Amino acid sequence: MHQYTEKIREIAKRLLESKAVDVFIGYRKGTVAMMNEPVLIREPGKVGLLHWDSHCGLNLCKYLTQRTEKIGIVANGCNSRNIVTHILENQIKREQLYIVGIPCTGVIDHRGVQRAVHPREIEEVEEEGDSFEVKGKDFRETFKKKEFLRTNCAVCSHRNPVLFDEMVAEPVEEQKEVRPYHDVESIEKMASEKKWAFFSQLISKCIRCYACRNACPLCYCPTCFVDESKPQWVGKGSDPTDTMTFHFLRAYHCAGRCTDCGACERVCPVGISMRQFTKKLNKDAEAYFGWEAGLRLEERPPLDVYRPDDYNDFVR
Amino acid sequence: LKGLLEHMGVEPGRLQFSWISSAESTKYIEVAQSVAKDVEALGPAMRLVKRRAEVG
Repeated sequence: MHQYTEKIREIAKRLLESKAVDVFIGYRKGTVAMMNEPVLIREPGKVGLLHWDSHCGLNLCKYLTQRTEKIGIVANGCNSRNIVTHILENQIKREQLYIVGIPCTGVIDHRGVQRAVHPREIEEVEEEGDSFEVKGKDFRETFKKKEFLRTNCAVCSHRNPVLFDEMVAEPVEEQKEVRPYHDVESIEKMASEKKWAFFSQLISKCIRCYACRNACPLCYCPTCFVDESKPQWVGKGSDPTDTMTFHFLRAYHCAGRCTDCGACERVCPVGISMRQFTKKLNKDAEAYFGWEAGLRLEERPPLDVYRPDDYNDFVR
Repeated sequence: LKGLLEHMGVEPGRLQFSWISSAESTKYIEVAQSVAKDVEALGPAMRLVKRRAEVG
């Protein structure tokens, strides 16, 4: 991981010094362990802030929209697919970007690590190869990274960037034989009442903070439907019906666009697995339209084009 | 949309889609009657319906 960091800094320095880019978007180490945060760098002298390890769980594409300058950006598999989606949706031009590709081996689920050492407080996490060491007051434990991957990373089949100008390392081997929609299938098998109970339970803790929306690179509308008041599409309190409406509409706005980057779940303060909504749509997009978001610049998304053979069975 | 709503547990049949031309009056009657029948069979909608704000 240290090699990645070194390489990112080296590339950023070169790009900023030669004025190839005006700003470089990457991650820096957070003040709290396992909480790396986005950073925008404009001066070559500050590239030392840049960092990469298995705790870069936010999506940097959030910072790409409405920018006119030249941008250097760090992108792993899912983030690069979001860049493609942004380009397709005219949110940024390819010519503005210099994409530094990261062959990704997954992001660690910080909540899982916290649970594993609970109730002790984690002060530092050091990564070495495919394991990592957690340190705190009077303790030190080593874990295998593979056992602590976020659920979206564990079933990821696009670890390498799909679009890049330069890679920081050789591509990693893609995970084969993952079953990304295993959980969706098990819900599909439930009876209707069970499904309702499952999703009601799932979002019951939601405090409507909209962190999931704010972290999502797809949510760039100037005014979100939940914030509109004329008309007010959805109530603003914590009423269960309003909360359900928010969650399913948020998910639906991501249909055919979601890359399952997991930023929404990572930022949720109460740990809701809202990917259960978007994953169903991803699964349907794949089943009905053979579509996975953000893989190619040449093809328009399914909700954006009409084909005579489009899936039509629900209309009678 | 139908797929996601039914995945969430809104009863299958509560949401239906149809395309009816203004010239297809008989189809309009058929569809309206069968939708009414399906929905009647499901009973009153209880899910995703806000009766009174629940404050919690």
